[in-house]
Amino acid sequence: MYDPASAIKGKQAVFEAHPEHAAVKALTDLATDAKYDRGELTITVARENIIAATKAVQQAGYNFFEDVTAVDWYPSEPRFQISYSILSHKLKQRIRLVVRLDGDGPSLDSITSVWPSANFYEREVFDLFGVHFGGHPNLRRIMMPEDWKGHPLRKDYPVEGYR
Amino acid sequence: MTPPVEELDGVAPVNAVNPGIDDLIANSARNRQNPPPSDQTMIINMGPQHPSTHGVLRLVIEVDGETIVGLAPDIGYLHTGIEKTCEAKFYQQVVPMTDRIDYLCPMTNNLAYALAVEKLLGLEIPERAQYLRVLFNELTRIQSHLVWLGTHAMDIGALTVFLYCFREREDLLRIFEAVAGQRMMTSYVRVGGLSVEPPRDIYAKIRTFLKNFPAHVEEYEGLLQTNPIWMNRLKGVGHLSAADAIALGVTGPPLRASGVDFDVRRDMPYSGYEKFQFNVPVSDVGDVWARYIVRMQEFRESVKICLQALDGLPEGPIVADAPKIILPNREQMKTQMESLIHHFKIVTEGFGVPAGEATSSVEAPHGMMNYYVVSDGTAKPYRVHMRNPGFATLQALETMCKGRLLADVVAVIGSIDIVLGEIDR
Repeated sequence: MYDPASAIKGKQAVFEAHPEHAAVKALTDLATDAKYDRGELTITVARENIIAATKAVQQAGYNFFEDVTAVDWYPSEPRFQISYSILSHKLKQRIRLVVRLDGDGPSLDSITSVWPSANFYEREVFDLFGVHFGGHPNLRRIMMPEDWKGHPLRKDYPVEGYR
Repeated sequence: MTPPVEELDGVAPVNAVNPGIDDLIANSARNRQNPPPSDQTMIINMGPQHPSTHGVLRLVIEVDGETIVGLAPDIGYLHTGIEKTCEAKFYQQVVPMTDRIDYLCPMTNNLAYALAVEKLLGLEIPERAQYLRVLFNELTRIQSHLVWLGTHAMDIGALTVFLYCFREREDLLRIFEAVAGQRMMTSYVRVGGLSVEPPRDIYAKIRTFLKNFPAHVEEYEGLLQTNPIWMNRLKGVGHLSAADAIALGVTGPPLRASGVDFDVRRDMPYSGYEKFQFNVPVSDVGDVWARYIVRMQEFRESVKICLQALDGLPEGPIVADAPKIILPNREQMKTQMESLIHHFKIVTEGFGVPAGEATSSVEAPHGMMNYYVVSDGTAKPYRVHMRNPGFATLQALETMCKGRLLADVVAVIGSIDIVLGEIDR
């Protein structure tokens, strides 16, 4: 069974426990927080650094962008957790980059300039969570109809009985 | 409806990869009003009720004569909000939802979800359950590839193959029915193991199927591989380079057909795949033909894995030793007080999962499938997100089709093997 004590939390602790990890090396300056839990490395970066962070891990060998999604921690703040999942074909490991955003007008930079494959995923997050991606070539709804009101995956959007 | 030219002035011309439909239409209208030296272009709408779009995919295609100059997929027609629904269910109740995401490989979806929750729980899965999971996943891969081959060939005009493929698929669906009670929506892989022990006579049936199946693959190849129409429609069509495939998020057989040697089963093994010997077919040609060859080879590799799973199948339990998470069997439930209590608690209250987040990744028939599950410590998942292969592969459609003829779109869609259920969720 899972032992919560096995998780390593905090930037200092994670970076000391895994100094040889390629992503740890690449993000020494940019990381604000880190977690190593259940064999998965999660590194938090600041909102304005996301393009720099993705470029840094791309150069460190994490060549494949898997997806980006969001978690809505309503009503606590910062409300949105944007999770980027990035894989390395060579190192055969994946990392998770996290950006935390406030609930009031959440926005961050699009990483479509780094990985064009982020295009649809960022549109999905925009559609279902209402998070804006600056610099996205075509930030429109992708799942819901164009004239839909609200963002269905937000926690204050009911599972049924809306509209 | 063409907007007047003054409204178009604020709209940027299309240059980025994957433009939106509105950009495409505006660009075409601009070209019509200020014709460039070349011919004017036209917008064609394909789908969502087009038989070769494998569901409800809508494509808006800009054509110059018959040559494609722009293409924009429009998805969401099958969006049912599965991710939202999952948040309102107990962990065990999510399993039937996962069947319906990619309805051609329900067992793979079940497995990906179960692996993510098991990672959150830290459960050890017994070896027998792992072997059975591998066995049924590979049978699912064969089943899904059979649908791909049948429909792909039918789109291109070879109707006979479809009937042959569905003949073998029927055998597999009968096996799934005997094992799980359902032909398609199996819900067989559960959190912590499997739902029931397969019937004893099923192994002989699976062996018979595996014994005959390689001959059937040769039969399909005999119908297609040297057929000049099939070769002309496939060879050199829909080219995708390795760099483009990675940049656009392509996974699975299309990625390997573009020359990137990556298979989750071999490179990041899950559910005991490290114990199996198999080859990963790769081609560096990157066209529709290469994707066809790669998938045909995968049929044979899957047969090899299934045989190894049958030969090495160990005895033992099929569920993990965790009575507070896994439902007891009926015998125990009706004879032991504690089992009855556990059963009652799991069914009425669910089971709590330690807070945290976990990603599982499996090699589905269509590509890499990830499940991202976030728990807040309660009995319902806080967030379930699926990374399905078709969603990203669809982004590469424009790159593959640009500069080709309109008729090639059908061949390319068939070759990326999309299922709209997994794309729209």
